[in-house]
Amino acid sequence: MPILWLRIALAFYAVGLLYALVALSRTSDLLAKIALHAAYLGMVFHFVSLMEGVVLSGQVTLASVHNSESLLAFLIMMVFMITYAVYKTTSPGIIVFPVVFLITFVAATGQQPFLKASPTMAKGWLFAHIALIFTGYAALFLSFGASLLYLIQERSLKSKKAGGFITRLPALEVIDEIGYRALLLGFPFMTLGLIAGTVVAQTTFGRVNVLDPKILLSLLMWAVYLIMLYTRWTAGWRGRRAAYLAAGAFATAIVAWAANYFSTIHRFVQS
Amino acid sequence: MNFQLIGVNHHTAPVEVRERLAIPESRLPEALKLLTRFPGIDEGLIISTCNRVELLAQTKNGSADLRSFIQEYFHLDSAELTPHLYEYKERDAIRHLFRVTSSLDSMVVGEPQILGQVKEAYATARAVGAIHSQLDLLLTRAFAVAKRVRTETAVGSSAVSVASVAVELAKKIFGTLHGKNVYLVGAGKMSELAARHLLAHGAGSIFVANRTYDRAIRLAQKFDGQAVEFSRLYDTCDRGDIVITSTGSPHAIFRREHAELFLSRRKNRPMFFIDIAVPRDVDPELNKVDGIFVYDIDDLQQAVASHVADRKKEAEHAEQIISTEVERFHSRLQTLDVVPTIVSLQDHLETIRQAEIDRVRGRLGSLSPDQELAIETLTRGIVNKIMHTPISALKTAAREAEATTVVDLVRRLFNLQDRKSGQSGGDPGASR
Repeated sequence: MPILWLRIALAFYAVGLLYALVALSRTSDLLAKIALHAAYLGMVFHFVSLMEGVVLSGQVTLASVHNSESLLAFLIMMVFMITYAVYKTTSPGIIVFPVVFLITFVAATGQQPFLKASPTMAKGWLFAHIALIFTGYAALFLSFGASLLYLIQERSLKSKKAGGFITRLPALEVIDEIGYRALLLGFPFMTLGLIAGTVVAQTTFGRVNVLDPKILLSLLMWAVYLIMLYTRWTAGWRGRRAAYLAAGAFATAIVAWAANYFSTIHRFVQS
Repeated sequence: MNFQLIGVNHHTAPVEVRERLAIPESRLPEALKLLTRFPGIDEGLIISTCNRVELLAQTKNGSADLRSFIQEYFHLDSAELTPHLYEYKERDAIRHLFRVTSSLDSMVVGEPQILGQVKEAYATARAVGAIHSQLDLLLTRAFAVAKRVRTETAVGSSAVSVASVAVELAKKIFGTLHGKNVYLVGAGKMSELAARHLLAHGAGSIFVANRTYDRAIRLAQKFDGQAVEFSRLYDTCDRGDIVITSTGSPHAIFRREHAELFLSRRKNRPMFFIDIAVPRDVDPELNKVDGIFVYDIDDLQQAVASHVADRKKEAEHAEQIISTEVERFHSRLQTLDVVPTIVSLQDHLETIRQAEIDRVRGRLGSLSPDQELAIETLTRGIVNKIMHTPISALKTAAREAEATTVVDLVRRLFNLQDRKSGQSGGDPGASR
């Protein structure tokens, strides 16, 4: 059943994808409104899907590839909705909707059976680890998306030919603020998530090999994140340089994720 | 009446060309004197704003070589200039002037500043004696037409000035203008207007830097702002989020290295340069620096293109008004022209002379050629003596603004009709 709810959610997210594609060529207030409401409904079904997964397996079952993808997509939508609530702009949807659609699509194409996680794992910490890290990812992603919008807006202001969907983008400083706040919000989540991960690893394996690729890459990602914040505080980096950094942090995050496939201590539960 | 007009404007020439042709206010009187001394030119007017440079002249025979004057004055090749120049004569020149003063030819149609700028140009030309009769009439009429367009159409009612376009752009960059500082470089009218708009939309403090410190202080006081000595411009300019430049400097004041310095002091917070000066005060290179946005006067034009479309309909109405005004002024000028009056006065007196000679010739019998000649000379002399004063009065009047009154008076005193109607009216009288 969870997969059915997820597929319904996917159908609603498809409206958002359509909005994003149309927005590239022209603006439509009506479509933006429809996409927003479709996204709300999609999130409801998405939430049901996630909850049912938990209930079915009787415990936290986020530790499978597809489940975690589903959770990540949901969290990105959450961050998007928070942004909308504060800034009343659907513009980040141009980047957020296609990505959420893509992740949800992958998660919904096939679902592994819900396996019980290893009994030795500290369940509370594991849940905290996954939820926190993913919220950090979602915030990082939104920040990256905002950087892209910043670049588009900056370019249009410099080329002096306003038109199309660019005219509907929020002001440059507002986009900048969205990106910065997302970054600020994500950092504590990311940090706490990593700490929770360490606790899980400690309790599961006792001593942890620091040279494990997963640990190294996670630290690298955290460091890039920190550099982004630091350059922002001290030199006020934004625009192009911030976008490069955000892209870098995002790439490291993906690599750190991929490390799940060759790490000895951090593997998805495979069927 | 031989009006000629030549010029470049924002339609025909990019800012790069216009800034080379711009004549600063201080050099305008001298340029006007040169213009009026140029062969074939009686009167002259020079309008030099950021969007146009135009020479209007009342010429002796309608074929003064204004093109060469421009080339000589600016030391430019004709090849460089020709593609950007437009030239109008007579009716077309009148129409063009009416359109300019009514703000139909403006970058932002309906903006009110151009009328003031033409009025200033007119005042300068009058002060140096470059305008004294026909151009005076033309300009006075142009101001009246501008007023009529303003009151009878909605062209000016929602006038989007350059200033309000600047506000829109600033909002596109900063979101809200609250707490944003405005830095004026140069204390011109345009920048004052722009500052007023920005303040009305919530902008914070105003800084004014001007070469003449007194003017900076005066302007700063108007806005509760802060005057800055020009020498401290580069030390303080980074405090402005929005910088409006309008100095008469022949070279760019802000170059890339300045922008980079400002940005590092501002921790890369964006800066918006609005450059309404021609020649430009901000090097266009600045726009390539991340976080710096530069809009010059031409860019602002693009930004308002949509507003122009909104007012197309009103503009059409205004064009109609102008067409009728051109015709009205043109025909009025023709009656005002003294030459036809002088000719009909001469005709009139010559007819009288001939009629009187014919009347008495029979009673005198045969006369020797010498006597014939004496009569001829005598009558001609009398007529010429009588005509002398009115004709010279007419000729003087032609150079003054009061020509119409004098022409009317002479026509009435001698019962002169229009040449055409005079002939048809005179024939029946002669046959009786």
